[in-house]
Amino acid sequence: MSKNKNIHNRLLILSLLASLSSCVTVKEYQKSRINDSEMELSARKSEKFEQSFYLYREGASGANGGKSGGGCGCN
Amino acid sequence: MKKIILTVGLLAAFLKGTQAQNSNDKEAYEKRKLKIEEINLVSSYYGQDGNNSAVTGGIGTEKLSDFVNSIDLKLSFIDRKSRQHSIIADFNIDNYTSASSDNIDPLTVSSASRSDTHIYPSLSWSMKDDATHTTRGLSYSYSTEYDYQSHGFNFNFSKSSKDNNREFSLKVGAFFDTWTAILPSELRPSGYGSAAEGDRDPVAYKPRNSYNLALSFSQIINKRLQVLFTVEPAYQQGLLSTPYHRVYFTDGSHTVEKLPGSRFKLPVGARISYFMGDRLILRGFYRFYNDDWGMTAHTVNIEASYKVTPFFSVSPFYRFSNQTAVRYFNAYGKHSPTATYYTSDYDISGFTSHFVGAGIRLAPPGGLLGFKHWNTLELRYGHYMRSTGMIGNSVTLAMKLK
Repeated sequence: MSKNKNIHNRLLILSLLASLSSCVTVKEYQKSRINDSEMELSARKSEKFEQSFYLYREGASGANGGKSGGGCGCN
Repeated sequence: MKKIILTVGLLAAFLKGTQAQNSNDKEAYEKRKLKIEEINLVSSYYGQDGNNSAVTGGIGTEKLSDFVNSIDLKLSFIDRKSRQHSIIADFNIDNYTSASSDNIDPLTVSSASRSDTHIYPSLSWSMKDDATHTTRGLSYSYSTEYDYQSHGFNFNFSKSSKDNNREFSLKVGAFFDTWTAILPSELRPSGYGSAAEGDRDPVAYKPRNSYNLALSFSQIINKRLQVLFTVEPAYQQGLLSTPYHRVYFTDGSHTVEKLPGSRFKLPVGARISYFMGDRLILRGFYRFYNDDWGMTAHTVNIEASYKVTPFFSVSPFYRFSNQTAVRYFNAYGKHSPTATYYTSDYDISGFTSHFVGAGIRLAPPGGLLGFKHWNTLELRYGHYMRSTGMIGNSVTLAMKLK
C-alpha cells in the first residue's frame, strides 16, 4: 500500500516538473494579462481579515501568505 | 461610512499636495525622494454564532462580533545605487464582543472579558535591486489585547530570474508572545487574581514562542497562466492551551484545558491564476496541512473574477476546508480523568467548513467619485458554515489610494 503511495507521489512530482518544463519565455511586453492586478498570486487586501478569522476558527494555518501561528491568542 | 469617506478625502488632498510639491523639483532629485506609493484602508465586520464554546467546555454560546479597521501606508524611494526601498507602516485595531469570554466569570453580570480592543501595528522595510534581481526586507510587528502581547520579527529574501518569469523567496519569522493566564473564576487558587481592573491579586504570565520558515517558488507558465508553490514549516512552544477553556471529565469533575508544550505544523500550498479569454480570471488555492497533534487538513479556494468592464469586476468565490480533530479533543463530559492532555475546543475538532460569497471591485482610470488618487474600491461579503453548526458572516470594504 505504501509502495503504491510512493509511486503515486513520484508521478505527481514528475507531472508537476513536466508542466513547469513546458513553460514558455514570456517577454515583459507580453505580460499585460499576467500583470493584471487581479492575477496576483497572493490574497486580496479585502481578504486580509478573512484570513484572520480562519486562524481563530480552524486548526490549520500557514502557506497562504497569512500567519502560520503566533502573534495572537489563536490556534 | 461618513468617517471613511472623510478620511479618504483628506488623504487624497494630502496626496495631491505631495504631488504638486514634487513637480517643482528637479527630475534627477525626484527619483530619490521619499514618496507615498499607496495607502490602503480596510474595514471589516465579522459576526458568528454557534453552540460549542470552549470557555464552557464545548457547550454554550459562541456568539461573537468583531469590527476591525486598518490603514497601511507604503512609502518608497530610490537610493544612489538605483535600488528601490519600500517602507510599509500598518496599523490595525479590532473591537470585539464575545459572549463566551463573558463566561470566564459567569457570576458577574458583564465581566471585563466580554469586550476588548486588539491593536496590532507593524513596520516593514524592503529593498529591491533590479541589477541583481533580488529583494530583501525586515519587519517588526506588535500585538496587544487584554490577556495577550506579542512581538514579531521577520526577514525575507527573494531572487527572480533575469526575465522575471520565476521567483524564489524565503521568509523567516519569530513571534515572542506572552499570555496573561486568566483562569475560570471557580478554578482560581486562593489569592489568584482575575486580571480585571482594580484586582491587585497576582496572575501568572506564560510565554508562547513561534518560529516559521516559508519557502516559495513562483513561475509564469505562459502569457495567461502563473503558479506559486509554498511550504511553511512552523514550530511553537510554550503555553499552547488557552488558560480559560474548561474541560469536563466523565466523572463530572472539570478543570482547564491542557495541551502539549510544543507543536510542529507543516502546511504546503499552491496558488494558480489563469486569465481566460478577455474577461474572466480564475484564481485557485489548495493547501495540505499536517501537524504533530494529529491534525490533517485540506483547504481549497476558488474564485472567478468576471470583468464587466475593464475597471469593474464581480468575483464570486467558494472555499472548502476539511480537518481531522487533534488527538486530545473530546466533547463535553467525554474526557477520561486519567488523560494527560485534553481539550473541548471545537476549533481544533474534526469538521468541514464552507465559505461562500462574492466581491465587487471598482478601479476606474480617473479615480473614484472625482478623487484622482482614489484608485480602487472593493466590497466583499461571505457566509461561513461549519459542520459543527457554527455560522458566520463577514463584510469587508477595502480602498486603495495611489
